Amino acid sequence: MIDPVIASRLQFALTTIVHIIFPVMSMGLAPFLVYFTWKDIRTDEAIYEQLRRFWTKIFAISFVVGTVTGIVLEFEFGTNFAAFSTTAGELFGGPLAVEGMMAFMLEATFLGVFVFGRDRVGDKLYMVSAVAVGLGTWLSAVWILIANSWMQTPRGYELVTENGQTVVHLVDPMAAYLNPRFGYMFVHMQNAAVESVALFMAGVAAYYVFRHHVWGVQIRNVEFWEATLKIALVALLITAPLQVLHGDMYGRHVAETQPQKFAAMEAVWDTESYVPEYIVAVPTSLEDITDPRAKDLFGIGIPGGASWLASGGDPSAEIRGLNSFDTESPPVAIVFWAFRAMVGLGFWFILLAFWGGYRWYTGELFEDGLLHKALMASSLGGIAATELGWIVTEVGRQPWVIQGVMKTSDGVSPGLTGTEAAITLAGFALVYGGLLVLYTYVVVRIIRGGPPSRGELRSVGGQSAESPAGVTGDD
Amino acid sequence: MISASTLADGPLLGLPLPELWFALLFAIFGTFLFLDGFDFGAGAIFATLEDETAREAVLSAIGPFWDGNEVWLVVFGGALFASFPAVYADLFSRHYLLMFAILGALILRGLAPEMYEQRHDEGWQRWWGRSFVAGSVLAPFLLGAFAGNWLVGADRSLTLVGFVVGVTVVLLTVVSGAAFLRLKAGEYLPDAVTAYGVRAVVGYLGAVVVTLALLAVRLPDGIDTLLSPAVVALVVASIGLAAGYAVAMRRGAHLAALAASGGLTYGLVAVVAVVMYPLIDPAVGATVEGSIVSTLPLNLMSIGAAILLPLVVTYFVVLYSAFRGPVEPGEAY
Repeated sequence: MIDPVIASRLQFALTTIVHIIFPVMSMGLAPFLVYFTWKDIRTDEAIYEQLRRFWTKIFAISFVVGTVTGIVLEFEFGTNFAAFSTTAGELFGGPLAVEGMMAFMLEATFLGVFVFGRDRVGDKLYMVSAVAVGLGTWLSAVWILIANSWMQTPRGYELVTENGQTVVHLVDPMAAYLNPRFGYMFVHMQNAAVESVALFMAGVAAYYVFRHHVWGVQIRNVEFWEATLKIALVALLITAPLQVLHGDMYGRHVAETQPQKFAAMEAVWDTESYVPEYIVAVPTSLEDITDPRAKDLFGIGIPGGASWLASGGDPSAEIRGLNSFDTESPPVAIVFWAFRAMVGLGFWFILLAFWGGYRWYTGELFEDGLLHKALMASSLGGIAATELGWIVTEVGRQPWVIQGVMKTSDGVSPGLTGTEAAITLAGFALVYGGLLVLYTYVVVRIIRGGPPSRGELRSVGGQSAESPAGVTGDD
Repeated sequence: MISASTLADGPLLGLPLPELWFALLFAIFGTFLFLDGFDFGAGAIFATLEDETAREAVLSAIGPFWDGNEVWLVVFGGALFASFPAVYADLFSRHYLLMFAILGALILRGLAPEMYEQRHDEGWQRWWGRSFVAGSVLAPFLLGAFAGNWLVGADRSLTLVGFVVGVTVVLLTVVSGAAFLRLKAGEYLPDAVTAYGVRAVVGYLGAVVVTLALLAVRLPDGIDTLLSPAVVALVVASIGLAAGYAVAMRRGAHLAALAASGGLTYGLVAVVAVVMYPLIDPAVGATVEGSIVSTLPLNLMSIGAAILLPLVVTYFVVLYSAFRGPVEPGEAY
């Protein structure tokens, strides 16, 4: 029978990997929606109402699916990781409780007003609800990342043995909650969300701009897609370089605080100085893929690059190898390749941003078909890079669930049987597969439906009530 | 300035914080069961409606609210985790399959209305309409089963007490759902909805009697506990509220009826809390005093909750007043 530890870990991985898509969409859309709402109220220009109403539909469906998949994660700490929850609950439960009360409540209640209430409330309250929803999604991230970052760099606690059980006690809340990792993680994640949404918006808009300008197909509301493309490009020009810049700082911090994870990211087995950074690593055999070892890889290595990265400027710095740790190594292949793919995508997005910015500058933004194709191909790339980043973070910290304190295998519910865990794992594979299909279906329908046409708009005196700013694709 | 060390010394203001958190947890669960309860009940009543306008009216009535209402369950989970971590871990892992069944039902209930509105062909809407009903009935049933199992300290997911409490909770959601729908979308719904509510409240009282009888047998000192003044008072109050509900529904005072159903919900949850106390996890004999987190996080959480929960109430006031009065079919969704 399947091992409950393996099944629980697979299930948590699966449910998190699926869930994170939806918060990325809602957190990333939040600043855009606040901006669109502000401009819509202030200028009464049709385009901003269209932008607000169209992207609110995508936001709403993402939020709903994010809610139902998010509750699953909260429950899984108790169902599958009861030993972890008992040990760490004192530090870990608090942020989750506060997240619910401070953030989730704010977003979920004002979401009702924001999505359904345009005709029922005045401009001021409507603007407040847009800000409240956006703020709520970001505050959610604050508390969830406080909880997660504490597991990566635990501080402000002591270990106490109670009734034969070792339990974490909170002694210094500031040190625990504002632990060293939190800032890096929050900035990197929130910027990733905005960048991912910018890429998504740009990709969708590029499709319609391409069909209209390059293929000459008549597209209804083409000016809406042109505006979307420009706004997305601006966001991408800001977020893409930032992401790589503080990603670099984040990487250095990982090298300092989680050396085992860093060694896995670089596939360094023996402690060495002058470790090169393989920016391009080409596997020449199956073994290179499943068991990468930096020394044996064929690729383009910057001499001393990894050492430079880890130490913040010293190419001769020593990097501790995986063999020097007492604990088993994390799955190196996953961490090593996920890290490379994420970084590669990060640089590609910078290139895309500058390419688009340059075409905009030369006045050929709507004519460069190759750029449009590159944007379309990259529309889900931001989400993919975010997933890869989380894979590096979470797989890379193994075997620890709390770095240096508790191993993941010790955190699983003691009474859980392999059969139970297998049933729910299979159930989730099925249900979440369906969920992804349905979410994609709805989002594609919303995109196909396009923005509301001018006759339906409040800002141009349209008659139709704004009811379906909700989640429906068709009115 | 309050420092971390003074916060670690003793309970804030000398308050009985473990008991307050025990009470707060049940208050949060009760709020969830009342607010999302009328969404669930609306989903159950949806099953009886043939007319498309009426069905749309039901979806519009709960559309702006259900997501916020469901967050009370998230807060319940988080608050239980934070205040009694070992209890949270033990309860959720003990009822492993039941918890995931609850999550499955909630996913179905949340997703189905979104899907229902996507396309207007018959097969599609029949499928998602049924899914909506199934999720709306299963979620309260399974939550009730969880509460019943929790109370009697069952070591399995399927028990007779769990089943009966599950049915009790489903009936209760129909009671509040009928009042809510009459209030928000009354003119689009058949008169039968009033009758469903009244019948459900009678059924609810019957189910409560069966539950209490089972508890009397199943719990140690069951009869003594159930004859305690607090439980007797709650049962008497429930009978009064049920009668008041029936009268209010018949007279068309739907807001009063909804309030009465809220009273019934909090009453039921209070019975569970009173019967359970001083234990909090009867299965392992864990007490409230023995399971609470240590003083520093407890004080911090208490400060947090004292600041945040009044704010949360404000959000709900804003939401419900923005959508006060009846809705139009298709207004939301």
